[in-house]
Amino acid sequence: MNPVNYLYLAALLFTIGAAGVLIRRNAIVVFMCIELMLNACNLALVTFSRMHGNLDGQIVAFFTMVVAAAEVVVGLAIIVSFYRSRHSASVDDAALMKL
Amino acid sequence: MSRGVHSLWMAQDSVDKIKAPHIEYDLLAPTLIVIGAAVLGVAIEAFVPRRHRYTAQVGLAVLAMAGAFGAVIALAATGKGTDEAQIAAMGALAVDGPALFLQGVILLVGVLAVFTFAERRLDPVAHGKQVDSFAAEAAAVPGGKAEQAAVKAGFTTTEVFPLLLFATGGMLIFPAANDLLTLFIALEVFSLPLYLLCAVARRKRLMSQEAAVKYFLLGAFSSAFLLFGIALLYGYSGSVRYAEIADVVAGNPQHMTPALADTMGNDALLLIGGAMVLLGLLFKVGAVPFHMWTPDVYQGAPTPVTGYMAAATKVAAFGALLRLLYVVLPGLKWDWRPVMWGVAIVTMVIGAILAITQTDVKRLLAYSSIAHAGFILAGVTAANEEGISSVLFYLAAYAFVTLGAFSVVTLVRDAGGEATHLSKWAGLGRRSPLVAAVFAVFLLAMAGIPLTSGFAGKFAVFKAAAEGGATPLVVVGVIASAIAAFFYVRVIVLMFFSEPRPEGPAVTVPSAFTITAIAVGLAATLVLGVAPQYFLDLAGSAGVFVR
Repeated sequence: MNPVNYLYLAALLFTIGAAGVLIRRNAIVVFMCIELMLNACNLALVTFSRMHGNLDGQIVAFFTMVVAAAEVVVGLAIIVSFYRSRHSASVDDAALMKL
Repeated sequence: MSRGVHSLWMAQDSVDKIKAPHIEYDLLAPTLIVIGAAVLGVAIEAFVPRRHRYTAQVGLAVLAMAGAFGAVIALAATGKGTDEAQIAAMGALAVDGPALFLQGVILLVGVLAVFTFAERRLDPVAHGKQVDSFAAEAAAVPGGKAEQAAVKAGFTTTEVFPLLLFATGGMLIFPAANDLLTLFIALEVFSLPLYLLCAVARRKRLMSQEAAVKYFLLGAFSSAFLLFGIALLYGYSGSVRYAEIADVVAGNPQHMTPALADTMGNDALLLIGGAMVLLGLLFKVGAVPFHMWTPDVYQGAPTPVTGYMAAATKVAAFGALLRLLYVVLPGLKWDWRPVMWGVAIVTMVIGAILAITQTDVKRLLAYSSIAHAGFILAGVTAANEEGISSVLFYLAAYAFVTLGAFSVVTLVRDAGGEATHLSKWAGLGRRSPLVAAVFAVFLLAMAGIPLTSGFAGKFAVFKAAAEGGATPLVVVGVIASAIAAFFYVRVIVLMFFSEPRPEGPAVTVPSAFTITAIAVGLAATLVLGVAPQYFLDLAGSAGVFVR
């Protein structure tokens, strides 16, 4: 199978993730969409790695997984503390600061 | 093709071929000291009794930053910033003039940030214990029983010091990153601690948590764009190394393969990839149209964190942006320059205009930092050696002014904590002439009045931009400076020429920590303004990227 198809899939997943970030209102779901974007990046990286026949892309993908895990730790901590003080994880409720 | 990839894993002699990486520990000493101290700080949290942690953490953080700064000076003194600039750590990091200069600035700002973090005289004494700007227990619900118990027990969040060290470590790597992977990792290493630091304010914690959620979600969103850009640039060039990508962009790769010949012809990969990586970096510097997070995060975060974030993040991110544009994408100069022109113009104008409408000091300073990002971008678009050195100088000047200004904001307090609403600052100059005068100097420096560092910096970037052929940009920049000067002067007029309110805030007398931070910021502002030549020469001699 032509590896370019995986690139189209990666771009599609990335777009779905980005659209989800912009459309969805729940902070957890927004965060899941960001994770989807990172995984789309990984798919693109390993596909390019395969096309070029070197390992750089796969190594970047490994690092991305670690970074994504660290981001989950920090992100969930922030979102959970946000939820506990407001009983809502909606990003629309985060509107204390206005002009 | 498939055999070729397969054999990478299956080759019999692969064991012999893997060599241990060669790490130049002396060249990486500044970063290693700071990261090592951060790890030690985590160990302190685990093993040292609670009552000794504050002293241990503050001492460790100051020592680490000072030691790392000493290492930077030692490297610069032995010519690593000029004649002996080189690539270190198997190509991952560049040790050259801009990297060392910016690392020095970040470390100095870092020391001052430790001082403002450690300040314990400002908040009223709670249950017989002096407290700092950070929550007693950040995990507890604000106002809940757990928090009251934590406050009563006198807990403090001393974890902020290791977090500060980790963030500083990432910022030291960021402007020195010499491949796209290191760039991404450094970005995350300094961003993740900052997201957490935003959330741990002692007072107004709902706002603080809200700032953290916004910063985190938008920051993670932008770093996903950066990563996809990295994937596309890797796809275009078959490498993540800056020098190799630059060679492929210039059209003469070192190792030609059939796959590379195929992807090299695809300009869409290069242009979209480059644009997405730029987007990620422009988000971090707070350039329009990626600036929306800045005012909310600057307002909500604890003020010491805001000061550090505003100063150091901008320095690190502009360093990375310069290296990307000048080392990786000089071959695309005719494509990125018009884009950066546009971004610089809208950033300067929108930052200055929106700042006029602000009624909160922290938001005002946030929009002013956006306008400053525009001025610095004007220097970046110069695309010549002047451009690099003028941006380096501007960043140094801006960092000290910003940290000093936010440190002054921590002093003006009423019963609810910091009084950041501008109406409360009316008549401050009559009650506390010294503090108001110091703040006025910082504001004048931001406005770019002669004899302050802001003037020397603005003059340098506009001169570089004009020499680089961006005269319209300079005209817009001067107009935006004039607009910006209006609201800085308006605050000064408010402080000195209006009647103080009877129930207005009072200036709290801080400990030697904050006094030092403000004094150093003030001294840097005046010295860089009155006698800028030495520092301009220093930035000039540091203004060459190694490849």
